[in-house]
Amino acid sequence: MKSILSEPQLAITIKRLAHQVLENHINLDNTVLIGIQPRGVYLSDQLVEEIKKQVPAHKIQYGKLDITFYRDDIRKELHVPNQTDILFSIEGKNVVLIDDVLYTGRTIRAALDALMDLGRPEKVELCVLIDRRFSRQFPIQPDYVGKSIDSIITQKVKVYWKQKDGKEEVMILE
Amino acid sequence: MGLTTKHLLGIKDLTKDDISLILQTAEQFKEVLQRPIKKVPSLRDVTIVNLFFENSTRTRISFELAEKRLSADTINFTSSGSSVSKGETLLDTVNNILSMKVDMVVLRHSASGAPHFLAKHIPAAIINAGDGINEHPTQALLDAFSIKEKTGGLEGRKIAIIGDIMHSRVAQSNIYLLNKMGAEITVCGPPTLIPKYIREALSVKVNYNLKETLEWCDVANVLRIQLERQNQVLFSSLREYNLVYGIKRRMLDDLKKDVVIMHPGPMNRGVEIDSDVADSHQSIILQQVENGVAVRMAVLYLLAGGSSSN
Repeated sequence: MKSILSEPQLAITIKRLAHQVLENHINLDNTVLIGIQPRGVYLSDQLVEEIKKQVPAHKIQYGKLDITFYRDDIRKELHVPNQTDILFSIEGKNVVLIDDVLYTGRTIRAALDALMDLGRPEKVELCVLIDRRFSRQFPIQPDYVGKSIDSIITQKVKVYWKQKDGKEEVMILE
Repeated sequence: MGLTTKHLLGIKDLTKDDISLILQTAEQFKEVLQRPIKKVPSLRDVTIVNLFFENSTRTRISFELAEKRLSADTINFTSSGSSVSKGETLLDTVNNILSMKVDMVVLRHSASGAPHFLAKHIPAAIINAGDGINEHPTQALLDAFSIKEKTGGLEGRKIAIIGDIMHSRVAQSNIYLLNKMGAEITVCGPPTLIPKYIREALSVKVNYNLKETLEWCDVANVLRIQLERQNQVLFSSLREYNLVYGIKRRMLDDLKKDVVIMHPGPMNRGVEIDSDVADSHQSIILQQVENGVAVRMAVLYLLAGGSSSN
C-alpha cells in the first residue's frame, strides 16, 4: 500500500484541474461538465465547486452520466445502474467528461457511446484525476490529468473521497 | 449483485431485495425512456422470443418495446396461426424455437404453472407474462413501481384490490409483492369472487363493502371481471355488479381524500370502473402502462446480465 496523493495534494490538484479547464473554456456558455457515475462524480462535484469559485457570475451546466447500460461486460458481471442526471441538451456543446481513474479506457468508450445517444456534441474532452499510463486497451487519452502513474495490472488504484470513504487520499494497493 | 433467481416465474420466489433491485433499476430505465434516443445497447447479443398462448395487448407490446429499447433481437409467437393447432406440445414448440439459438423466453399461457414446467425442462431464462390464474409478476412490479412513484413508497401504504380476486393472477402477484414490501392490503368484491381462505392463506384483510374499503385505502387497484375464466354464474348481472362494486365518481367525491385509482387493463368501462373515474386526475392507469416498459426492461436486463454468465 502506497499513498500517491495526500489530502492537501489532492485539493491542490483539483484546483489546478479547475484552472486548466477554465483556461481552455474561458467562455463557459457553450461548455458542459459531465461526471461519470458513480465515483467520477465525487471529483466532478469538487471540480465544479472550484470553477464556481473562480467564475461566480457564470452559470455552469453540470450533469452526471451513468454508463452501466453501455458496458461491454454485462454478460460477465451484473452492475446496478446509477442515476443519469443531465437536464440540458449537449447538442453542439463542448463536453468535458470527468472521471477519477483512467485505466483500460473501457469506461470512457462506454461513456462516449452513452453521450452520443444524448445528442451530438461539438467536442468531447476528458479530465481525470489519475492516469494509469501503459494499461490502455483502447486508443483513448486524457486532456487534463491530475497525476500520471505507472502501475502494473496486479496493482489497484483507489481514490478515497470524504463523503464516501471518510478520508481524501489516492493510494496504490498491491 | 443481481437477482437470486435465474427466471422470473412469480413474485412468490423473489426476495424483498430482488424486488427493490428491480424497482431501482427500472427508475434508471425510466430516465432512458425520456431521452431523445430511447435505446441502450445492453442486450444487443441477446435473442428473446415472446410466446403468447393467450390474448394480450399491453403486456405483449410492452415486452416487445422493452426488448427493442434494450437492443435485443425479438421474435413474436402467437398460438393462433402456429403449429400448436396441428397438435405440437408446448415443450416441443419451445425446444424447436430454442434450437434456433434463443436466450430468453417470455411466456403467457392459460395454464397455471406453464412457465414453471418450462423452466424445469429448458436451459433458457423464462419470464412469466401471466399464467392462468396463478401469477403475473411484471404487472405486480409495475403496479408497485407506479404506487411508489405516486405516493413515495410502499411500506405502510394501504392498498385495496377490488373486483374479481378469485380469477385474477394480477391480484395474487400484487398481494405477494405488497406483503413482502410491507404494505397493508384489503381485498374487496362479491363473496363469490373472493377465495374463501384468502385471509389466512395470503394474510390480507377482506371487506365486502366497497364504501368502507375506499374510505380505508390510499390506493385502489381495480380489477376486471374475468368472464373468460368463469364457468359458472358468480353474480347475477354485469349491471348489478356495476351498481354494487363499480367505482363511481360520486363515491370518490364523498371521500375526504384523493384515492389513487389503478387498473391493470383491459378496462370494462361501466362495469368495474366508470369512465369519469378512469379518465380523472386520480387515475394513474396510463402511467402504469408507461412504467410497464421501464419495469420490463429492468427485469430483462437483470436476468440477462451476470447470472446467466457462461
